[in-house]
Amino acid sequence: MLELYDGALDVPTILKEWYEAERESNYGAYIPFVGTVRSEDGIDGLSFDIYEPILESWFNAWQARAKAKGAIVKMAHARGDVMVHESSYISAVFSPKRRVALELIDSFVEDFKASAPIWKYDLIGGERIYAKDRSTAIAGSGILGVKE
Amino acid sequence: MVRVEFLGPIQKDALEIEISNLNELAAILQDDEELQEWLKNSAVAVNDKIVVSLDVALNDGDKVSLLPPVCGG
Repeated sequence: MLELYDGALDVPTILKEWYEAERESNYGAYIPFVGTVRSEDGIDGLSFDIYEPILESWFNAWQARAKAKGAIVKMAHARGDVMVHESSYISAVFSPKRRVALELIDSFVEDFKASAPIWKYDLIGGERIYAKDRSTAIAGSGILGVKE
Repeated sequence: MVRVEFLGPIQKDALEIEISNLNELAAILQDDEELQEWLKNSAVAVNDKIVVSLDVALNDGDKVSLLPPVCGG
């Protein structure tokens, strides 16, 4: 399940909905990761652009990988502005046993940071500034810049 | 016509151009001064699938997307 919201995430509601959806699915482990916007470098908040078609195919590939281990992944992300101390990102893994969930949440979140087509901007004094230094080039980037 | 879209922070309107492969697109975009840095660090998708080689034929109606460095979460 991939959920996109305009603005900050309602953390208690989302975690509760996911819990209630799976509470009788016989999973022994539910491991959520909640990402919160921190106050640092004078930002008022963060803002996000998302390219949904590739985000969906990226997520579906992870869902298939999780399914092969008897697990499921869920993810929610914000579009647009999210202010300091609000949440922009939640992901979770449900699995029969804890080890699979602990390992999957790690690899899923790391690959999310490296590959999911989402762009982050700092909100500072009414400006929206691309967080270039904190961004990662997707694997295979740069092919159009190679000169013959 | 092939549609070329520039995603996220690349401030450029989409193009509609007559090209038959990604090598032709590379040559055209390399002439655009504003795109030089983005070409070096952007991934390329054809019809919403990431490609890792320029040896990709393009057909009428195809969509090419440039994806600059990402940072979700």
